[in-house]
Amino acid sequence: MSSSINLTLKIWRQPHSDALGSLETYTLDHISTDMSFLEMLDVLNEKLTKEGKDPVAFDHDCREGICGMCGAIVDGVAHGPEKEVTLCQLHMRHFKSGDTLVIEPFRSRAFPIKKDLLIDRSALDRIIQSGGYVSVNTGGTPDGNSIPIPAKQAELAMDAAACIGCGACVASCPNGAAMLFTSAKISQLALLPQGQVEGKERALAMVAQMDSEGFGNCTNARECEAVCPKGISIRNIARLNREYLTAVLSEG
Amino acid sequence: MELNARVPAGPLAEKWDNHRFANKLVNPANRRKYRAIVVGTGLAGASAAATLAEQGYQVQVFCIQDSPRRAHSIAAQGGINAAKSYQNDGDSVFRLFYDTIKGGDFRAREANVYRLAQVSNEIIDQCVAQGVPFAREYGGTLANRSFGGAQVSRTFYARGQTGQQLLLGAYGALSRQIKAGRVAMFTRREMMDVVLVDGRARGITSRNIITGEMESHVADVVILATGGYGNVYFLSTNAMASNVTAAWRAYRCGAGFANPSFVQIHPTCIPVHGDYQSKLTLMSESLRNDGRVWVPKNQGDLRKPADIPEAERDYYLENKYPSFGNLVPRDVASRNAKEQCDLGKGVGSTGLAVYLDFADAISRDGRETIFKKYGNLFQMYEKITDSNPMVEPMMIYPAVHYTMGGLWVDYDLMTTIPGLFAIGECNFSDHGANRLGASALMQGLADGYFIIATAVANYLGTNKLEQINEHAAPFLDSRRGCEDRIARLLKNSGGGPAGKCTVDEIHKELGRLMWDNCGMARNATDLQAALEELPKIGKKFWDHVYIPGNTREINQSLERAGRVADFLEFAEIMIRDALTREESCGCHLREESQTEEGEAKRDDANYSHVSVWEHGGDGAPKLHKEPLSFEFVTPSQRSYK
Ligand SMILES: Cc1cc2nc3c(=O)[nH]c(=O)nc-3n(C[C@H](O)[C@H](O)[C@H](O)COP(=O)(O)OP(=O)(O)OC[C@H]3O[C@@H](n4cnc5c(N)ncnc54)[C@H](O)[C@@H]3O)c2cc1C
Ligand code: FES
Repeated sequence: MSSSINLTLKIWRQPHSDALGSLETYTLDHISTDMSFLEMLDVLNEKLTKEGKDPVAFDHDCREGICGMCGAIVDGVAHGPEKEVTLCQLHMRHFKSGDTLVIEPFRSRAFPIKKDLLIDRSALDRIIQSGGYVSVNTGGTPDGNSIPIPAKQAELAMDAAACIGCGACVASCPNGAAMLFTSAKISQLALLPQGQVEGKERALAMVAQMDSEGFGNCTNARECEAVCPKGISIRNIARLNREYLTAVLSEG
Repeated sequence: MELNARVPAGPLAEKWDNHRFANKLVNPANRRKYRAIVVGTGLAGASAAATLAEQGYQVQVFCIQDSPRRAHSIAAQGGINAAKSYQNDGDSVFRLFYDTIKGGDFRAREANVYRLAQVSNEIIDQCVAQGVPFAREYGGTLANRSFGGAQVSRTFYARGQTGQQLLLGAYGALSRQIKAGRVAMFTRREMMDVVLVDGRARGITSRNIITGEMESHVADVVILATGGYGNVYFLSTNAMASNVTAAWRAYRCGAGFANPSFVQIHPTCIPVHGDYQSKLTLMSESLRNDGRVWVPKNQGDLRKPADIPEAERDYYLENKYPSFGNLVPRDVASRNAKEQCDLGKGVGSTGLAVYLDFADAISRDGRETIFKKYGNLFQMYEKITDSNPMVEPMMIYPAVHYTMGGLWVDYDLMTTIPGLFAIGECNFSDHGANRLGASALMQGLADGYFIIATAVANYLGTNKLEQINEHAAPFLDSRRGCEDRIARLLKNSGGGPAGKCTVDEIHKELGRLMWDNCGMARNATDLQAALEELPKIGKKFWDHVYIPGNTREINQSLERAGRVADFLEFAEIMIRDALTREESCGCHLREESQTEEGEAKRDDANYSHVSVWEHGGDGAPKLHKEPLSFEFVTPSQRSYK
């Protein structure tokens, strides 16, 4: 049943990239437990607007857990306390009246803060640009059924392909690594026949790009897997390492 | 305004080939001299941009989000149609064409729809080649399902994330071209205006969302792939940034807007639960394959569903439509839900919901089977509502979902402005008055991968364009106009918020007006009333809206304000369009035009046309008509009894 709760929020406020930021405290009463976390922030922003204050900037779009645009650290955990959901899918029924919530942006050397909770994740796009695709032009492709793919293999590829590119893995990693993200794309393509042709080049290029963006190394802390809203497994990282090693060895 | 659809001659099946042969081409070595702007990176925009760049054009691409991968297309769940007939169940290009044109209630152009069905198969091949992980049978071939009441299994899917996987495929292709240096990608940009030089589209003005700067971009063609306008209702299943701005700015520059009142309202969404609600969540229509829709027979029956005996339940779809039952098309299912709720038989805390009950399916097929089929959806429902559909029936209510209306385009997907093209949901071309499930993804990719490049080559091959740059007067004027508009939006904000209203308050007010008067069922009285009410909301907005912050920074309130300002203007042609179409067709039910049994009644003698609206400056918008003639199919009345 829906009820209403009162909250204290400590939110990271930072006017722009070069400014110093700090946690500001707000109180918010009568929050329906049926609200989503982002709707709670909407209510806060309407209140701030009406008080003549600057609303909190945060990214969001689909509000159903698929676009990967939303995200914040809530009480130290990316996307908050519930497993396998994005911030927009988190509902206020997971909190109690009187709770104090600390809300901060996803932090990483490679993700500059633009304003408040809004960050720049374009480094992830550049990793994909370096090779996260099959190099086919439009047109002239063979019939879809000409390459049979075992259902199980397709399912495994789909597990990896489910990544929404939100960056929670990076923000949770003690080293700021983008390994879970990168390995998800490498795995998807490594598991499919279409991805074989460029497998080696892809692994080398994507890992090189990852390093040059300032992402850290993987030390198996497994924090990434724990916060991933899509349940992407770190087995993908093992697969990336295999692909990468094979590539390095054969390139000699 | 001249509406020449430029439909190629010849038999239906040969038109596209004839057209491609007759069209001019651009020599590969010359293509790099031409620039194309693509606004939007959904399925339509991403596929178009990648394809044009592969062919050698210089492409500039724009999107609102921080990455092209996040466009609204990412949220599509159910699947994509194609006429592969892999299941050997009688499907064909002609059948897909026929189903689409009939599903659209004979309000779309035959030639365009036929071409869509023709290229549908190539789309699947393309996506497979890109590594899109479609569902597979155990033997390794592609799996299909029947979707949205279709009688053949022609829908390809990737779990419940088909849109995501197709978009990531197109995003991959786009990323490859960015890496190759043939695409310049501009993220976090909002297009504010189309720039016309000598009557032709030669560029755009965009606002950098991070810095607030107005920027000019020059090109030889401009392609809009900016999605649908469902958010005019405030609440819809669309992503929050979905808007009408790009299409509306084009309209204001002279592009015709076709059938703006054709809006699809999806029957199976999670009901509204509070006034803080920001968006509505779609529950896949596949649920109607096993769920039974019902309401209590008695008005105001507040008992729990389990306490209402069979004899006191009204399975109204099964009773009214014995042959289609719970699988009637979207518009019919939506209208009937509204009717039951209007009769006071709705359920839930607001009375605006009906049950979708899996109890019979569970006792017939077993818990495990049903959970395997719908577990994902049930969990998603439970996350939002805190109720488990395996234990108690789901509650659903219709929600605004898709807009069939959009910029008018000819066979080459060109608007009435030369050099300005519109693809994907932002054009009107293929779905008539109602879209079939799994056909939007197909159309977006058909336009982007297989149609637009031919059209662009023909345009560039037949027109000589002057060299210009962003210092030309039309670009300056456009930038200045956009800056002025932002200044006007901010003019009330000096004295603080006291006594003013917020952007969202106005947007909600507009949404309610449209939902109540230009929603699932429409009549002249209500539409007239809405037409009178609308300018009052507009005036309130311009006189009283308070927007915090300023223009040279990230200002999300200002972004929303710009979009709401355009929705407020756009709503007028939606209402006028609904008012002038005095027939019922597809999604558009005019209460005055119903059969004796209360079903939608089409009026082919008077309304077999596309309604196209032209900006009238300070005067009223002007209505033009593109007559629709059916040479290859005979319009029939839909019947689902
Ligand atoms: C929940 C849901 C489920 C769906 N499921 C299905 C399904 O199963 N099958 C199916 O066929 N269809 C489905 N649809 C419909 C389908 O997803 C859409 O019609 C389709 O994806 C639209 O694609 P598009 O490329 O035209 O536009 P969009 O994907 O909406 O992309 C619009 C792009 O334009 C950009 N943009 C917009 N305005 C501006 C501006 N002013 N300046 C700069 N950039 C701008 C945006 O940033 C974005 O990149 C579904 C829709 C919803 C809402
Ligand atoms: S807003 Fe799209 S994932 Fe949260």
